[in-house]
Amino acid sequence: MFWTILLILAGLAVMAYFAGRSRSGQIVDGDYSKLHSRPSFHGGFLVIVTVLPASFVLVVWSIAAPRLIDSAVISQSASVVSGLGKPELDVFLRDARAIAFGGIVGFTDDAKEQAAELFKTYRSYSEVGMTVVMAALVALGFIYGFRKIAPRMRARHVVERTTMVFLAACSAVAIFTTIGIVLSLIFESLLFFRQVPVFDFIFGTHWSPQSAFEGAGAEAGDVNSEIFGAIPLLVGTMLITMIAILVAAPIGLLSAIYLSDYASRPVRAVAKPVLEILAGIPTVVYGFFAALTVAPAFRGFGESLGLSVSSESALAAGVVMGIMIIPFVSSLSDDVINAVPQSLRDGSAGLGATKSETIRKVVLPAALPGIVSALILAISRAIGETMIVVMAAGLAANLTVNPLEAVTTVTVQIVTLLIGDQEFDSAKTLAAFALGLLLFCITLLLNIIALRVVQKYREQYD
Amino acid sequence: MSMDATMNPMAAAAAEIADMGASAVTADGDPIKMRGEKVCVHYGDKQALFDVDLDIRKRQVTALIGPSGCGKSTFLRCLNRMNDTIDICRVAGDITLDGMNIYDPSIDVVELRARVGMVFQKPNPFPKSIYENVAYGPRIHGLARSKPELDDIVAASLQKAGLYEEVKDRLDAPGTGLSGGQQQRLCIARAIAVSPEVILMDEPCSALDPIATAKVEELIDELRENYTIVIVTHSMQQAARVSQRTAFFHLGVLVEEGPTQDMFTNPRDRRTQDYITGRFG
Ligand SMILES: Nc1ncnc2c1ncn2[C@@H]1O[C@H](COP(=O)(O)OP(=O)(O)OP(=O)(O)O)[C@@H](O)[C@H]1O
Ligand SMILES: [Mg+2]
Repeated sequence: MFWTILLILAGLAVMAYFAGRSRSGQIVDGDYSKLHSRPSFHGGFLVIVTVLPASFVLVVWSIAAPRLIDSAVISQSASVVSGLGKPELDVFLRDARAIAFGGIVGFTDDAKEQAAELFKTYRSYSEVGMTVVMAALVALGFIYGFRKIAPRMRARHVVERTTMVFLAACSAVAIFTTIGIVLSLIFESLLFFRQVPVFDFIFGTHWSPQSAFEGAGAEAGDVNSEIFGAIPLLVGTMLITMIAILVAAPIGLLSAIYLSDYASRPVRAVAKPVLEILAGIPTVVYGFFAALTVAPAFRGFGESLGLSVSSESALAAGVVMGIMIIPFVSSLSDDVINAVPQSLRDGSAGLGATKSETIRKVVLPAALPGIVSALILAISRAIGETMIVVMAAGLAANLTVNPLEAVTTVTVQIVTLLIGDQEFDSAKTLAAFALGLLLFCITLLLNIIALRVVQKYREQYD
Repeated sequence: MSMDATMNPMAAAAAEIADMGASAVTADGDPIKMRGEKVCVHYGDKQALFDVDLDIRKRQVTALIGPSGCGKSTFLRCLNRMNDTIDICRVAGDITLDGMNIYDPSIDVVELRARVGMVFQKPNPFPKSIYENVAYGPRIHGLARSKPELDDIVAASLQKAGLYEEVKDRLDAPGTGLSGGQQQRLCIARAIAVSPEVILMDEPCSALDPIATAKVEELIDELRENYTIVIVTHSMQQAARVSQRTAFFHLGVLVEEGPTQDMFTNPRDRRTQDYITGRFG
């Protein structure tokens, strides 16, 4: 139904466009210079007044009608449903709807059959009503718009403004989604902080939420807040991120320098895309690469040196994660290094500096802010990474800075907290939201810093 | 000690060559600093310079003029091998500095560019402080043994470039924060700081207003006492004001070269006359 109507509206829009265009030509007898707006704007104008109100009605009606019908059916069958709880009521409505419009029905009884009849009638009323309203709007809009078309009519302004509103609406979708996610994070975290004090969460050094439910019959109220200390996770995250940056920063930066200043054009044309393919490898592939190849290799190597390396180590996860973020560092740094004006390189060369001196003393300092922000973006990417750590670094929340031991990170714990059947309002589940909020705050902070640095960098060449 | 051992033979060789070169004089008795013989330059398949023979006289200002695209910058860039940075550029013929062929494989480009400095069309100070901009060259070439010595070089270079009075209180301020004319004089100071013998300038005033231009021209006139200067310019008046010798290029060919005075009052070649009187260009 919805899609059919949409299709019809699209057809009407096309017709309205051509109607508006030819009408504008007619009223000036083909002398287009007399028109305030070009004929295509008149076409656009007619499309807007014809189709836009009806489309709006379509969307609102399609969202609202099922709800109204539900409540109407409920009030009609009050005698049957009054005793039902929420889940039973849902089942009742679902079955009734399935009987009426087809679908898988649990079991039927008279009450449901009756409700199904109600559903059918109400829905047909609704459809007829919507069609009539929309048809009326289309007709009125078209007539209004058609008669409004005149040489001095400012169709262009209407079209431009509508376009702007439409574009703004699209970006509003993205913005409101972000706001919604952040708000839900905050609200769920507040629920968690009602059970576990913020202080215990952020500064606690012991993390073992799995033991929250050991004692039988433990109530949510008796949650032991000492097992929700996020410090081991933060330390694990930082440890792995640090190792990753130690790998990615030099390799990424040096390859960026090679690509931008030393590589010949054919080498660059091949090497740059290949390097960027690294970014396209799914992280789970890196994960089993880390778990199956790198970790055992480190372990074997460590043992040959007499070191005890756990088979899941921060080192393995960090190194592989570092490889994963190399393309971020190299690609972004390559861009900023290339953005350093050639005239600076010439100036340095003209004073007798060698290529490497020029790069070290002129190009890199000039590009430094951009490089720093590239590194910060790579760091926030590393902090948010989960898969590699799950597979290679383990789940044990050890509070350690020894890279040879198993550690865990914020993201990994979010995953383990939410795996399996959980009560949605238990402290354990809510802890995931609190961790999410923490992670969000950290990466947000890093991104803000990166943005600031980039802004400063932009000012330099002006 | 080992440093001296490696330096001495080279310095000696350079001095020897310099003596040889110093004896080279033009027909009218001026000593020659640089000399181009049969210089041909190709960018890929396209030839930009055809058999250019040009002498650059010591401690004089030589102006290169000619219509756009005639190869003035190309010739200028040959003189300190800046063309090396362009992959597709090939240079043939001989160019000598004090009698020594600068395209000889044994020549160190770094050393050459320390002796033949360059100032570019658009001021291009490094995004560093004024002090660091000037100290850059001396640092690279190890010209100063101590901080006070470096300070002296910086101050002296800024003074010679006529910029010291304007910036002496803010040597730590960024060089990019100066006005266009000041930036260009900073670039000249930067070039002077490595004590070059020759300074190449490619349209050094084209991005400047008349007052800043006048200052730079005045400066060029003063620098002539100690340096050999080659300047590319589009302004006939500028060539007349600052240069002793003028060379006119057209379509990659050196049409004629002579004392600036004669060049503007009675050019020998028809094309020069047309260009100077503004008939093309
Ligand atoms: N990097 C380059 N690659 C290819 N061709 C070049 C390059 N630089 C210069 N050329 C060509 O060489 C010729 C001479 O250029 P050059 O820059 O020397 O001219 P010019 O006399 O300095 O001109 P202008 O007065 O406009 O600066 C031109 O035809 C130009 O197209
Ligand atoms: Mg030029």
